[in-house]
Amino acid sequence: MPFLAYVGVFLLLPTGIVIWDAVKNPAGQFDLASLKLLFNPEVRTFFTGSIELSALSSVVGAVFGAILAYAVASGNPDGVVRRLYLSGSGVLAQFGGVTLAFAFNAAIGPSTGFLFHAGWYYDFPGGIALIYIYFQIPLMVLVFLPAIDGLKIQWREATENLGGSTWHYWRYVGFPLLAPAFIGATLLLFANALSAYATIQAWENQIAYTAPQQIYIAINSEVGLASNEGDIIAVGMMVLVAIIMVGYFRLQRRAARWLR
Amino acid sequence: MVAVNVLGEGALVDPSARPPGMQLGRRKRLNLFRWVTFTIFGLFFLLPLIAMIRFSLEGKKPGTFSLTAWAQIGSTPDLVSAIEITLELAVITCAVMLVLLVPTMIWIRLRVQRISQIFEFLCLLPLTIPAIVLVVGLQPIYNQIEHYNVSALQLFWVYVILALPYAYRSLSAGLIAIDATTLSEAARSLGANWATVILRVIVPNMWQAIMNALLLTAALVLGEFTIAEILNDITLQVALFNISRATANAGVLFSTSTAALLFAFVLLLILSYAGRRRRRA
Repeated sequence: MPFLAYVGVFLLLPTGIVIWDAVKNPAGQFDLASLKLLFNPEVRTFFTGSIELSALSSVVGAVFGAILAYAVASGNPDGVVRRLYLSGSGVLAQFGGVTLAFAFNAAIGPSTGFLFHAGWYYDFPGGIALIYIYFQIPLMVLVFLPAIDGLKIQWREATENLGGSTWHYWRYVGFPLLAPAFIGATLLLFANALSAYATIQAWENQIAYTAPQQIYIAINSEVGLASNEGDIIAVGMMVLVAIIMVGYFRLQRRAARWLR
Repeated sequence: MVAVNVLGEGALVDPSARPPGMQLGRRKRLNLFRWVTFTIFGLFFLLPLIAMIRFSLEGKKPGTFSLTAWAQIGSTPDLVSAIEITLELAVITCAVMLVLLVPTMIWIRLRVQRISQIFEFLCLLPLTIPAIVLVVGLQPIYNQIEHYNVSALQLFWVYVILALPYAYRSLSAGLIAIDATTLSEAARSLGANWATVILRVIVPNMWQAIMNALLLTAALVLGEFTIAEILNDITLQVALFNISRATANAGVLFSTSTAALLFAFVLLLILSYAGRRRRRA
C-alpha cells in the first residue's frame, strides 16, 4: 500500500511532529503547560488579527461571490462564458499568492497606484482584506456554483403555479435550500483566509499581523517567547481550522440532501 | 481576463443562453442583472490586472511604453532557473499524484469499499492543515531528505500532499459517474488482467476527471509559495518575492507575474476544452 506509506511520511508524520514539539517542555518531556502560550497577550493579538481578517474577507467574499455565481449559473450551462469564468476563478482562487499583492500595489499602491493612490493600502485589516476578497470571490463561485446549479427549474415553476412571486420563491424555496450550502461555503472561505500566507507576506512582511506570519518569524529566529513558539501557534491554528472544517463538512452533507 | 468580460456580455444576446420556459419580463430583468453583475465584477477583477500589465510595459521615463521588462524575463538568470524548476515540479507532481492515486482509488472502489471512508478522510485531511502548519513539521523530515537530494525539485514530495484533496475530489466524481464494477467484471470475464482493466477500460472512461485533477494540481504547483519559501527552495513565486524585496517596483516583476497568470489561465482553459472533447469521442 504505497499510498498509505506516502501519506504517512508526508502528512501524518509532520503533523505528529508539530503536535509533539508543541506539547513538550525544554527538557523534552510531555508537558501541556507550554500550550498556555496560546493565551499569552502577544500571541493572542496574532490570532485576533487572523480572525478579524478572515471574518471580514470571508463574509464579504461569500456575499459577492454568491451573487456572481448566480449570474454565471443563470446563463448557458455549456457556454463559453461559464467556461471562461470557471477557468478564471480557478486561476484567481488557486494561483493568487504573491502575484495578487503586486497587482494591487500596481493598481492602488500609495506611491505607485495606477488608478489612484490609496492612503489606506497598508491599513490592517482594511487594505489587505480587499486583496483577500479578490481571491475569496472566485473561490466562492467555485464552491457555491454546484449548489445553485442544483436548484431545479421545476421548483420555480411550482411556486409560480401556486401563485407565488419571485420574492416568494426566494423567501420560501430558494434561500432556505441554499442556506446550508452558503454558510458552509463561507466557513470554507474563512478557513482559506486563515491559512493564507503568501499574499499577506508579499503585501507587508515587516510587521506580523496574523498567526501564519508569526509562525514564520518564530521558526526563523532564535529569540522568541519559547523555543517551540512556532509549533505552539501552529497547533493553535490547526485546532481552529479543524473546528471550522468540521462545521463545513457537516453543512455540506446537510446541503447535499436537496441539491442533487 | 479581458476575454472573460467581453464574451460574458456577448452571450447575453445568445438565444441558447436563456433558460427555457421563462416569462419575458423576468428574463429581461435577469439579463439586466447579469449585465450589471458581469460589468461590476469584471471591472473589479480586471483593473488590478490592467494596472499590472501597464507597469510591465513602462518605459524608462514614467508614462512611456517599452517592452524592456518583458525582455528582462529571459535575461534574469534567477528567474529563468526558477521558471524551469517550477514547470518541472508541476510535471513531476502531476505524474506522482496520478500513479499514487488512480490505481489506489480504482482498487478501493472495486475490491475494498469498506475502507473508502477512511481513504476519503485521509485525502481531505490536507484541507484542514494549513500549509504553514504542515511546513513546520516538514522541516525536520526535509533535513533528512536533503542529504540525498538538494535541488528544489524535492518539493514535489509535499506538493502531492497539497494537491491530494483537489485531485481526490475530481477523480472520485469521475469514478462514481461510471459503473466501474460492471466494466471491470465485463473486462475480467473476457480475460483481461488487472493492469488492462485499469489502464484500458477504466482510465479512458474517466479521462475528463483525470484532466481536471491534473489541471488543479498544475495550477497549485505554479502558485505555491509558503512551503517553497520556508524550505528555501527558489520556485517562481519565491523568485518573484525575492525580487520585490530587492527592488519594490521592478518592471520584470509585473511582466513575469502577468505572464504566469496568463499561462495558468490558458492552461486551465485548454484543459477544460480538451477534457470535454475526449469524453464526447
